[in-house]
Amino acid sequence: MAKIVSLAEAVGDNVRDGDTVAMEGFTHLIPYAAGHEVIRQGRKDLYLVRMTPDILYDQLIGVGAARGMKFSWGGNPGVGSLHRFRDAVENQWPRPLEIEEHSHAAMANAYEAGAANLPFATLRGYIGADLPKVNPNIKSVTCPFTGEVLAAVPAIRPDVTIIHAQRADRQGNVLIEGIVGVQKEAVLAAKRSIVTVEEIVDELRPPSPNSLVLPSWAVTSVAHVPGGAFPSYAHGYYPRSNAFYIGWDEIARDRDSFSAWIKENVLDAKPDDFAKHAGSRAAKAA
Amino acid sequence: MSDFTPTEMMTIAAARALSNDDVCFVGIGAPSAACNVARLTHAPDITLIYESGTVGTKPDVLPLSIGDGELCDTALFTVSVPEMFRYWLQGGRITTGFLGGAQIDRFANLNTTVVGPYDHPKVRLPGGGGAPEIASNCGRIFITMALSKRGFVEKLPFITSMGHGKGGNHRERLGMKTKGPTRVITDLCILEPDPETKELTVVSIHQGVTREQIVENCGWAIRFAEQVIETPVPTELELATLRDINARTKKAHQGDKEVA
Repeated sequence: MAKIVSLAEAVGDNVRDGDTVAMEGFTHLIPYAAGHEVIRQGRKDLYLVRMTPDILYDQLIGVGAARGMKFSWGGNPGVGSLHRFRDAVENQWPRPLEIEEHSHAAMANAYEAGAANLPFATLRGYIGADLPKVNPNIKSVTCPFTGEVLAAVPAIRPDVTIIHAQRADRQGNVLIEGIVGVQKEAVLAAKRSIVTVEEIVDELRPPSPNSLVLPSWAVTSVAHVPGGAFPSYAHGYYPRSNAFYIGWDEIARDRDSFSAWIKENVLDAKPDDFAKHAGSRAAKAA
Repeated sequence: MSDFTPTEMMTIAAARALSNDDVCFVGIGAPSAACNVARLTHAPDITLIYESGTVGTKPDVLPLSIGDGELCDTALFTVSVPEMFRYWLQGGRITTGFLGGAQIDRFANLNTTVVGPYDHPKVRLPGGGGAPEIASNCGRIFITMALSKRGFVEKLPFITSMGHGKGGNHRERLGMKTKGPTRVITDLCILEPDPETKELTVVSIHQGVTREQIVENCGWAIRFAEQVIETPVPTELELATLRDINARTKKAHQGDKEVA
C-alpha cells in the first residue's frame, strides 16, 4: 500500500544517490515540485530517464545532479534549446553528461517492456536513421516467424519513477486524466514510485470504468502537492504556463542567471510554494 | 490578395497539400500552423493527431508544445504515448506525417540532432523525438521549412530521419512500403522528389520569386523540373484564417504573464 507522506519524506525515502530516476509526464503533469525537492535534498550522480527532458531536467542537469541521461527529445517545446543541457553536452558544464539517445517510439516501447517485465522492446524503427550508429543500445532482432529484422532496445527499469497526478484517495489510489503520456508504464516499470497529487479526496470517483487508475498497491509513496506540476499543467486544475516556458530561455541561457534562479526558486523555496499555482476547480468551471 | 509575407505563403501552400480525408500526424511549429489552416479552410474533416496522444484535435489556438491542454480539450479522444506510437503510427493508420527540421539534404533526409560530430557537437539540437518512425511509418511525408543555405545543405552531419536516403529506390531496398517525403514546401518555392532519382526539384515558384533567389538560398546545386508553375497566391479566406489563428495564438501564449 502506498504511504501518504510529505514530499520531503517521499523523496528522502525513495531517491538515493546514483539512482536511475524517471520523472515522466508528456508536456502535461510534469512533476516539478518533486524534482525541486530532489535538488534541495542534494541528490547526486543520478541517471535521469525521460522522453522529453523539458525544463525540469534542464534544472537537474544545470545544478550538476545528473551523471547521465536517457532521452528522446531534448528541447524547450516551441521555444528552442535547453541551454543547461546544451552547456553540459557541448562544454561539459557543470560536469560531463553521458547521454543515451533514442526516438520517442523506442522510449515508449521500452517503458512498456519494463512495465510488462520483459528484458527488451521491439519495434519497426530507426530505419535509415543514424542513431543506431552512435547508440550501442539500439540493436536488432529477427522475427522467428517472418524473418523481418526489427529494432530492439533494452527495457527501461528505473530505480524510482516520479509522476504528478490529479488526485488520490486516502488509501493512495491515484487517478490520472488528460494527456496520460507514459506515466502508467513508467510507474509499473520501476522498483519504487512517488506520485504527487493536486488533491487528496475521500472518494476517488473515477469518471469512467476505463479511467486510468494506479492502485495504491502499485505505488510506493503519495504526497499532496497542489500546483506541483507548474509551469507544466494539470488538466482540470490549471493551464500550462507557456509564458514561463518562453521566459525560461533567457534565464537558462546564462550560467549565473540560472544559478540565481535556482537559489531563489528551488534551494530557498519549499514545496508549499507551488500551491499558489494551483487553480481552483470551481473557478475553472465558473 | 497581393500583400502577404513569404512565411504566410509557405504556410498556406503547405496547408493546401492536405485534404479532407487525411489522417495527419502533426509536427510542432510551421507544420502545426499549416495543418490547422487546412482544417479551418478546405479540409474541415481532416483528422489531426499530435504525438502526445491527442486524436482528432481541433485547437482554437496553435499549441506551443506538442501536448498543450488545448489539444486534449478539443480532441475526439486521447490515448497514451505507447498506444499512439504502436497502434496508430506503427499500425499504419496515419496517411500523412507533417514534419519540420533544422537541416535537409537533396533526398529529403532530415537532421534535428547535432551540428558537428555527435560526440563533440558544435551545436546540440533537441533530437529526433517522434520523427524517425513518423518518417518511416506514415503513408507519405510533407516537410515545411524556410529555404536557406544553412538549412538546405549538401551533406547532413547526422541523419535523424530518413527521407529517400541515397536516392532512387533506397527506401524499398530497406523494406519500407511507405512513400516517404513527397513534397517540401518552402517560403520561396515547392519541391518534389524526381520520380526516378528522388532528388528534390523545384516544381512551383511563389509569386515574385526568381530562380536566382532559389539557387542562392540552397546549399546544393538545385534542379528545376521541366514544367515549373507559379504557386497560386493566397486567397483572402486563407490569409484571414492564418492571421486570425496567429493573433489568437500570440494572445493566448503571452496572456499568462506569471513567471516563477
